[in-house]
Amino acid sequence: MDESFLSQMLVYLAAAVIVVPVFKRLGLGSVLGFLVAGVVIGPWGLKLISDVGAILHFAEIGVALLLFLVGLELDPRRLWSMRKPVFGLGGAQIAVTILAAVGIAHWLGQSITVGIVAGMGFAMSSTAIVLATLAEKNLMPAPAGQASFAVLLAQDLAVIPLLMVLALLAPGATGADFDFLAAGKAIGVIAGVIFVGHTLLRPVLRYMANTRLREIFIAFSLLLVLGTATLVHWVGLSMALGTFLAGVVLADSEYRHELELDIEPFKGLLLGLFFIAVGMSVDIGLFASAPHIVVGLALGVVALKIVLLLPLARLFGVSARDAILFALLLSQAGEFAFVVFGAAGTQNILPRETVDLLTAVVTASMLTTPLILFAYERLIAPWLARGPERAADRIEEHHPVIVAGFGRFGQIVTRLLQGRGVAATIIDHDPNQIELVRRFGWKAYYGDISRLDLLEKAGAAEAKLLIIAVDDPDAARATVKLARSRFPNLAVLARARDRTDAFEYAELGVPAIRETFGSAVEAGERALHILGVGAHAARRFAMWFRRHDEEELVLLAAHRHDQKKLIERTQKARDDLEQLLRDEEGRVRRGGEGGWD
Amino acid sequence: MTADLRILVLYAHPNPDVSRTNRALRGAIEDAPGVTVHDLYECYPDLFIDVRREQRMLLEHDVLVFQHPMQWYSAPSIVKEWEDSVLENGWAYGEGGDKLRGKYFLQAVSTGGHPESYVHGGKAHFTVPELLRPFEQMAHYCGMVVLPPFVTNDARDLDDHAIAAQAGRYRALLDAIHRGELPAPFHTIPGKD
Repeated sequence: MDESFLSQMLVYLAAAVIVVPVFKRLGLGSVLGFLVAGVVIGPWGLKLISDVGAILHFAEIGVALLLFLVGLELDPRRLWSMRKPVFGLGGAQIAVTILAAVGIAHWLGQSITVGIVAGMGFAMSSTAIVLATLAEKNLMPAPAGQASFAVLLAQDLAVIPLLMVLALLAPGATGADFDFLAAGKAIGVIAGVIFVGHTLLRPVLRYMANTRLREIFIAFSLLLVLGTATLVHWVGLSMALGTFLAGVVLADSEYRHELELDIEPFKGLLLGLFFIAVGMSVDIGLFASAPHIVVGLALGVVALKIVLLLPLARLFGVSARDAILFALLLSQAGEFAFVVFGAAGTQNILPRETVDLLTAVVTASMLTTPLILFAYERLIAPWLARGPERAADRIEEHHPVIVAGFGRFGQIVTRLLQGRGVAATIIDHDPNQIELVRRFGWKAYYGDISRLDLLEKAGAAEAKLLIIAVDDPDAARATVKLARSRFPNLAVLARARDRTDAFEYAELGVPAIRETFGSAVEAGERALHILGVGAHAARRFAMWFRRHDEEELVLLAAHRHDQKKLIERTQKARDDLEQLLRDEEGRVRRGGEGGWD
Repeated sequence: MTADLRILVLYAHPNPDVSRTNRALRGAIEDAPGVTVHDLYECYPDLFIDVRREQRMLLEHDVLVFQHPMQWYSAPSIVKEWEDSVLENGWAYGEGGDKLRGKYFLQAVSTGGHPESYVHGGKAHFTVPELLRPFEQMAHYCGMVVLPPFVTNDARDLDDHAIAAQAGRYRALLDAIHRGELPAPFHTIPGKD
């Protein structure tokens, strides 16, 4: 470990901690922060780091670790259920992009070979950028996130066949050059990873865990991931695909959480380093000499990818709203393009200048994604939410109860009412949710309940009760106020998400049910019972608690803006509760000693 | 007499963990042949009784036992709630209400007072069987044969030895009933012998 290594580390860490928090603050996301940090310290910026290629290569381990973690979250069953979007949507995306690239290359007077190579490179999106963004914005479980992930997976799977096609394009290559040995080795290694993961790994993990040395377990986790990455890399597969597979194999093992915890910090740092390295590799010189070409091509690639992704997603059943986000997420070219273009260069398929230009275009397109998503969040998302792409449904019948928000909470309430023969008009503003519950036979309507016209259409004038169970607290309160002022005869029952929310409703004078309160009290009651308190006594303690807490909530609501008083009052409430439950306990004991036996 | 009578003991104690006597009595019969102990407060901590389930259990047994401490000269409130909800018109009484007819009814109660309180002129003014008349009449009205109550006095002040002896007697009584050796029927009805 020489001094230059240490000073390089210093530079990376300093650049990251200075730039990233600022970008995060500005709402631009950490990915762009790392990229910009890279540009700043790179050969075209402050020239603090020179050997960019080596760093980029090393930091790819971050992407491999990321995919390992993603794999851990996906057991084989869930992976299998994704086969349609992976092979259908993902396969179609790659094929269509290559075809389009060939067409455009031809139109620009380039050879078909250039078109094919460029198409293969540009078809690939950046797994690192997209997954990091999905994780940062919590979009992984959303439909757009799921579809994006499926396509990324397809792209990773396509690496081998695409590299083989590339070999065929090399000047002087014939069909005989198709490397069957390499294909066989690749398949063998994949089978090996799965087999070893299933049979050998668990006992070894148990053995490592039994050493009770955390460092050893961490070291083994890293060895496992890096070993897999090296192995698959050796047969020409993408490291990310290999570690992803290793993750999937271990997804249902008992060491999943342990592995996640241990790998997570390494992943974060190395992924950051990867983005920094990408930033450093931006060839500002090329930018400066032909800015219009680089920027124009980059924007062209991004625009082309969006234009192709949108209809494909719609074709595969993604809703229009989700398809927009999906197309924007995958609109950049990714790290795999470096590999494709690099290989095309060394195999003399493309001239050096073209490779440099295409590489610069890829990097530039990667810079656009955080900015596009920033714009999406500020401009497109609010517009989508406001101007509903889908007009509110026509509501055909009126019922005595209107349930706004048909998620976990609204469904239970409605089922109870329905069981007693009380019909409810159900309204939700999530089209996917509507479609889902309709399949289960519920008659639910699409619309934004905080709008007066929809409230009217739902029959608020004749209904007796409005139950508010929508997720967005602001929309919920707006609806409460609207209903109060316009339909004074309509009773309102609100679902409060937490204590703060409950305070708000207490202030509005609207009865509110705290979402998790009832179940938490029930859990407390069960806990007492398990600890040996009689069922009836436990129920009474729970009921005391419930009554006391509800009363206290009203009192606390008055002080909620005065933190000092709030803390005082909360402490007193805690003491009161203890006194109360001691009294109840004493009541029981006295009953036993002085009264009944 | 038919042998092997099945006995359903409805155990009602709101705070079973502070009880000594009733707990010991219950412990003595829990594994007795033909006996099902059904803890009402444990099953229905909120007094919300599953009527159909209770009726099914009654149909599966020949003898109904109420075991509870005397509270305010009567049973703990869940016993009353049980009667009010389970003994339905058309099931336990009234037209077609013959499901309990011919079954036996026994009450096993404990009192906190001395035996001398439960006499005319004593602190309680009435005897225990007199205080239990609403239950006796309930059983009669449903066509059940009423057996003499099994009373444990002084429940709070008995020493462990006395409690164990009483628990043994309770077990012996239920064993005998199970074998079909029933005590003579019993009543406090004025003018009836």
